[in-house]
Amino acid sequence: MELALSPEDAAFRDEVRAFIKDNYPAEMRVPNPETDLSKEQMLLWHRILHEKGWIAPLWPKEYGGPGWSITRRFIFEQETTRAGTMPPLAFSVTMVGPVIYTFGNAAQKAKFLPRILSGEDWWCQGYSEPGSGSDLATVRTKAVRDGDHYIVNGHKTWTTLAQHADWIFCLVRTDPAAKPQSGISFLLIDMKSPGVTVRPIITIDGSHEVNDVFLENVRVPAENLIGEENKGWTYAKFLLGNERTSMAGIGRSTRYLNRLKKIVKAEIPEDDPAHLEFIRDIARVELDVLALEATELRVVAQMARGIDPGPAASLFKIRGTEIFQDITELTHRAIGNDGLAIREHPVSANRFMPGPDYGHTASEKYLNSRKLSIYGGSNEIQRNIIAKAVLGL
Amino acid sequence: MDIQFTEEQELLRSSVQRLLRDRYDFDARRKIVASEDGFSRKHWAEFAELGLLAAPFSEAAGGLGGGPLSTMIIMQEFGRHLVVEPFVETVVVAGGLLEHAGSDAQHQAYIADIIAGSKLWTLAWTERGSRFDLATVTTTARRDGNDYVLTGEKTAVMAAPWADYLIVSARTSGHRHDRGGVSLFVVDRRAANLDLQSFRTIDGRRAAEISLRGVRGELLGREGEGVAALEACRNRAIGALCAEAVGAIGELNDATLDYSKTRKQFGVTIGSFQVLQHRMVDMFIAHQEALSLMQHLSLSLGDDEAGISRLASGAKSKIGYAGKFVADQAVQLHGGMGMTDELNVGHYFKRISSINIQFGDPAYHVLRYAQLDAAA
Repeated sequence: MELALSPEDAAFRDEVRAFIKDNYPAEMRVPNPETDLSKEQMLLWHRILHEKGWIAPLWPKEYGGPGWSITRRFIFEQETTRAGTMPPLAFSVTMVGPVIYTFGNAAQKAKFLPRILSGEDWWCQGYSEPGSGSDLATVRTKAVRDGDHYIVNGHKTWTTLAQHADWIFCLVRTDPAAKPQSGISFLLIDMKSPGVTVRPIITIDGSHEVNDVFLENVRVPAENLIGEENKGWTYAKFLLGNERTSMAGIGRSTRYLNRLKKIVKAEIPEDDPAHLEFIRDIARVELDVLALEATELRVVAQMARGIDPGPAASLFKIRGTEIFQDITELTHRAIGNDGLAIREHPVSANRFMPGPDYGHTASEKYLNSRKLSIYGGSNEIQRNIIAKAVLGL
Repeated sequence: MDIQFTEEQELLRSSVQRLLRDRYDFDARRKIVASEDGFSRKHWAEFAELGLLAAPFSEAAGGLGGGPLSTMIIMQEFGRHLVVEPFVETVVVAGGLLEHAGSDAQHQAYIADIIAGSKLWTLAWTERGSRFDLATVTTTARRDGNDYVLTGEKTAVMAAPWADYLIVSARTSGHRHDRGGVSLFVVDRRAANLDLQSFRTIDGRRAAEISLRGVRGELLGREGEGVAALEACRNRAIGALCAEAVGAIGELNDATLDYSKTRKQFGVTIGSFQVLQHRMVDMFIAHQEALSLMQHLSLSLGDDEAGISRLASGAKSKIGYAGKFVADQAVQLHGGMGMTDELNVGHYFKRISSINIQFGDPAYHVLRYAQLDAAA
């Protein structure tokens, strides 16, 4: 399915397509890019996009964005995900960047934005804390003003790729007496500061993606405060709005679905009664993808005409993650007995894995994608949002 | 992708909305369904007057050239009001077959009367044992001079008791399941040797078992190539039925949401219960997705895209399951009231159940969608 494009936009699409084909680094095409790449490898594509001026599609032109229309942003998103390119680090480009250029001061913009664009600084997100779950306003990490510094003490968790990070943006409590949402500030902390410790959390797929981050008497210059003290919740909410865009993941789901079809063809003989079940389940998921894609295109077309999409992002998050979970589960089931095996970490091509290559990441993908309905505001939270904003309940 | 409706299309939508609001509320419908005929010629005449019966036909055939998008607009509103009159059967199905497969002489002989609202039509393709397969036909047609003579049984022919003409599929050659050898015939419903046994359908309409024992029929389209014409016809019918289902789904969601905001249990409105809120969010999402897919299908039907049969099957299945989910939940959330004949909710439930049988159920179409996948 394609958006009806003007000749100029169609030319743009062809340009993006050709650019990816000619420039996407071959060494990033590994069995599981999310876990198998080093920090340096992950940044290869980031740097290429930066050089081209395409690293930050959402950013205004004055801060280094390409100045694309909504349609072109969507085309770019569609082409890059369909081609299976590794998206640039979301915490840097999609999350903290917009907070800094929207709420930061001139010095902060000048210091941080160019380094985000170039990939020089790797950012991670210090929102969640032990026990906070989807209720982020329960922030307990404390920041106490001490001259021109804050002294920060607390414990952040589920911090994605903190092991690579140069900086962390944190929600910290600066007014313990205020109501939960009102006493929070938004602070930028250098990961090299004394008192910052990162401890890996290994998830059920065996990978090291998330971490605990301990902050013990960390001295943070007051100039790293974004906006006003105790107004951090406003900035945090703004950021969460960005986090939930483009979560339909049509490109990725389509790629995994096509792969699943090939696996089923290779693994399950047509006279096996399970064959029909797979055929039907795959068709149903494929139709789920098609309906969600049609919905996404409908919303993009509306946005291009200036119509507020409302909480469409919540709908995309719910359905996009449910669909991808279905696909990874079907893939894991399709490889049958080989689904018992899982790759060891750190991964290496030299370690034995049974069965054909296409099955080697099925177990870890199946396990890892359980996270999708939990993070970024659990799918239950998204349903609450729609119930309130659309249904008026 | 999003359909930005033209001024003409907006006008069509608002005039259908106005007509149905003024003349087709639930009480009016109840009276129509309970009447001797089971449908209203008066309302049908008003549809004709408003140009609805002309809307999808090409201008060359004497219509307004609105194509599948106008069908979509009309059917969505018909779905909201549970209109029982045979628009799909007469205009979309039979009218479409006449327009696309018929000769110039047949266009002139039949389409003007459909547009004027003076003749009703339906398609008789289903047989006992055919289930949803268009090619499984045992009714035979034997050439006799310029005409043919048809013998066989057709089953569950919607709107047949109301129809003036039938389009009947019959075998001119080949065996029971052969794709080739099926032809289409125009048959006068009151012809000699044609016997009708009428019955009531679950959605308040009328259908009939039809017995043909040497009935004269006029060939429509090319001899032996009826299945291809029927497939194209089914795609258009699916477009219409999907739009009708989307209209019904939207109405059920509105009704359920309203009810949840007023109905109290344990001292609070039931809409305050999170489990019901989440259910209604899923119903909302089902509607949004069905609406998007309906638009995608209608646009593609208009463009005559390749792969349209696969898309039509996919939409019939996905929207069918969405409709079933929403209808189930709407009845459930209305509690005992949802079970009553008095409330409209159960009637939407029944119409969606009926749509989910006509031209193939969701399970049939999901497998057909899979089988038509060139990549698999």
